Amino acid sequence: MPQDWLMGLLGGALIGLAAAFYLLLNGRIMGASGIVGGLVDGSGGFKSERASFLAGLVLVPGGVVLIAGGAETHLTANWAVVIIAGLLVGVGTRLANGCTSGHGVCGLSRLSLRGFVATAFYLLAGGVTVVLAKHVLGVI
Amino acid sequence: MRQLYAFGAGGLFGVGLWVSGMTDTRKVIGWLDVFGDWDPTLAFVLGGAVTVMFIAWRIAGARAAPALGGSFPATPERRLDRTLVLGSLLFGMGWGLAGLCPGPAIASLTWGGTGGILFLVSMFAGMRAAPPLRHRLETQNI
Repeated sequence: MPQDWLMGLLGGALIGLAAAFYLLLNGRIMGASGIVGGLVDGSGGFKSERASFLAGLVLVPGGVVLIAGGAETHLTANWAVVIIAGLLVGVGTRLANGCTSGHGVCGLSRLSLRGFVATAFYLLAGGVTVVLAKHVLGVI
Repeated sequence: MRQLYAFGAGGLFGVGLWVSGMTDTRKVIGWLDVFGDWDPTLAFVLGGAVTVMFIAWRIAGARAAPALGGSFPATPERRLDRTLVLGSLLFGMGWGLAGLCPGPAIASLTWGGTGGILFLVSMFAGMRAAPPLRHRLETQNI
């Protein structure tokens, strides 16, 4: 769609606004892998705050999509790829202490060196992986 | 009160991810597919989010404390280590394979089907494997 970039910019501003509220009100960095990871391995504090954030993250877009319709993830039907990808995303984001929201949105905007380095490496790895998996191996 | 605002922030984040197209794995893989039919949308999403957050960090810098109490996050470390680099490389590989990162994977739970749930369960398993792996990376020269 030609207006994809506009929806991207609008959605991006909403993501930034969410991160801004979480910082200025709760005093926390809005990093998805950190928020969920601290609950999954039991290492993080603020457990009810994390759980509330995740409840909103699931239920609010779920409700909006229920009314508006038209949501499709187009996730690959190759379950081996899904499992391997999930494992890599889980272990990688926890080792790196952040993902696209924490290192990307919150880190880059703060001019954090670790945010820039992490973003450079996951973009590089993502690009190489898509080229190999799609154009060479043909698994995605 | 903290929980209510956290719920709101999570909700706004999720709606933003859906509006921007980031819960559609084709748009993410399209962005990473520089030798295919390249999709620039992700640059606009990241640009929009970073611009708003840049202003938010400035506001935070001018304030003593968050509105709900407590303190703002500490100044980020400048230390670069191999867990940061290795972790980001592994994350990028998984991100490229499926087109999902943690935020959109959670936000799309209600409409992502069995595949979406399988991704999340695998992601949680990977997250649980990280602390012992981190310990080995930090204590041994492997």
